[in-house]
Amino acid sequence: MLDETTPLVRIRDLKMHFPIYSGLFRRQTGAVKAVDGVSFDIQRGETLGLVGESGCGKSTCGRAVLRLYDITGGAIEIDGVEIGESSQSDLRRMRPTMQMVFQDPQASLNPRMTVEAIIREPLDEHTTLSKAEKSKKVLELMDAVGLNRRFAKRYPHAFSGGQRQRVGIARALALNPKFIVCDEPIAALDVSIQAQVVNLLEDLQEEFGLTYLFISHDLSMVRHIATRIAVMYLGKVVELAPRAPLYDAPLHPYTRALLSAVPEPDPAKAEARERIVLQGDVPSPANPPEGCNFCTRCPAVMDVCRRIDPTFQEVEPGRFVACHLYEDHASRAEKAEAHANQQGSNA
Amino acid sequence: MPDGAQAVLDVRGLQTVFKVRGGEVHAVNDVSFDLKAGELLGVVGESGSGKSVTMMSLLGLLPSPPADIRQGRVTFEGKDLLQVDPATLRDVRGGRIGFVFQDPMTSLNPVFTVGYQIMEPLRSHMNLSKSAARDRAQELLELVGIPSARARLDDYPHQFSGGMRQRVMIAIALACDPKVLIADEPTTALDVTIQAQIIELMKDLRDKLGMAVIWITHDLGVIAGIADRVMVMYGGQVVEQAPVKELFGNPKHPYTQALLTTIPKLSEERARRLTVIEGQPPILGEAPSACSFRDRCPRAIPICARRNPPRFEFGDRHDAACFVAAEVSDAG
Repeated sequence: MLDETTPLVRIRDLKMHFPIYSGLFRRQTGAVKAVDGVSFDIQRGETLGLVGESGCGKSTCGRAVLRLYDITGGAIEIDGVEIGESSQSDLRRMRPTMQMVFQDPQASLNPRMTVEAIIREPLDEHTTLSKAEKSKKVLELMDAVGLNRRFAKRYPHAFSGGQRQRVGIARALALNPKFIVCDEPIAALDVSIQAQVVNLLEDLQEEFGLTYLFISHDLSMVRHIATRIAVMYLGKVVELAPRAPLYDAPLHPYTRALLSAVPEPDPAKAEARERIVLQGDVPSPANPPEGCNFCTRCPAVMDVCRRIDPTFQEVEPGRFVACHLYEDHASRAEKAEAHANQQGSNA
Repeated sequence: MPDGAQAVLDVRGLQTVFKVRGGEVHAVNDVSFDLKAGELLGVVGESGSGKSVTMMSLLGLLPSPPADIRQGRVTFEGKDLLQVDPATLRDVRGGRIGFVFQDPMTSLNPVFTVGYQIMEPLRSHMNLSKSAARDRAQELLELVGIPSARARLDDYPHQFSGGMRQRVMIAIALACDPKVLIADEPTTALDVTIQAQIIELMKDLRDKLGMAVIWITHDLGVIAGIADRVMVMYGGQVVEQAPVKELFGNPKHPYTQALLTTIPKLSEERARRLTVIEGQPPILGEAPSACSFRDRCPRAIPICARRNPPRFEFGDRHDAACFVAAEVSDAG
């Protein structure tokens, strides 16, 4: 047994590039750098939130961590086992430890299988339990996620979105995993149902000692559920910090803009708020800009940002950021000017 | 702001029913509201609450069958839109009333240039010549903040990003100087930073052009930042309406109250546990004979199961359909 203080998940310089083929001979002419050098740890029992806009690579990152892709480079260590290079048969033995809950419960449940069969499938594949034991386990799982046992023989179409997501969660729990990647588990649900599912995920975490990678674009929900948060932009993690400091005093200009763009459901505060409206769109990950990926939209951009990609480094204990504003080699005068620009753009 | 201004759109007792296999779905039940000139009315509700169907009903955008508008009156510029002939309605749609849909990917035609699609309403509603329409189209693209507008007229929708496409949709809706703009979840398919851009753009355009806007969304955060007045829908009915500050500061209906507490807020202390609205939204198999929220309502009393509450007044332009909030005695 491993020491309890070592992280359950350790990702180092993870890269996932998708090749682009073009021309008559379908030669590879480039690559979409969906995930381009991402490193983080996830401690046992914690929830790491992974946030970013669509196309920033957060879902690809979540899938790559579970080796649903053959990764381009980097190291993935889960529960002390390095799986970055593992073969499919080795991975199969690891699968019970690591599971996934998908975004769209409609698409991720087989419409021709009953709920019981869906939840039992991982048990069929990975365990040698008897039929009676499996049925008992399925019913226990349905209890755990708050589904009525009487519905075991029904098909997914007979359930609402929130209930379907519960089925997906029960299936992920079937093999007593340690680590679950939740890929936008609430994005397809109505607001009144989102809270039900988030509370369920939290209860299950407490009960079974689960570790989550919670991928979402909903910053207020991530603040609620995650212990630490990683912010991604164009294939890279730009900031990683514990919840409180990240939301109270974000360091990276992108994190600041992202947080200020979240609509606040309170008209008085919405008026008082300074909003940083970023100009333009996210560049294509097939053709990222030179230097820092955020330099095309950054309100605090400096000359150095257009030349050199900032390194992802620890600036305070537990707080990581990839930005020249927090690096020593940028001159003090330049930083002061950049800060001033940023203040100006807030007004 | 637009207090006392005249209503440009007035909807009374709208009822829309869909005929489906084995029964009916009562999607919109007795919905009434008005829209004042220059006002931005936010319509909030979960999926299936009837907010989109209401707006599509009043413009005759629903195919019939299965849709059947049973009752109601929609007064716009002195005419009842539910009674006028199709040709008049076609003139109103895309002309005097503009429409922006949720998904900019699917609502633009991929095989025509963006310029062609902006010029289409200009040519058909305003009978502009080709070159005049092109000039106006360029103006519109500049108005919605698309750089090098002239050149981009000849581009196809796939050459635009999601946020840019939504800007094009807004340009099309604004083409004929509408009096009313209906925007159905215009930012839902967009990222937060792009959403912020579109919200700023819409505020700006509303001030500049002085049109009235109906903004449909499920996101209370968006509504708080943009609306003058808010209408909350649940189970095909209007359950509460009030000026925006009043609604957020002093909600009367238990559903509105629950919605406001169930979403985590960035500016507030993090709650240990989220407040939950138990249960599921109602299935609208028949016209409501009781309060449709009663099964999920923490404060339900016996009368809620016997009668469908009417909308009770709570002061200036604030009403809510709830017996408990109105303190109606249970004997009634």
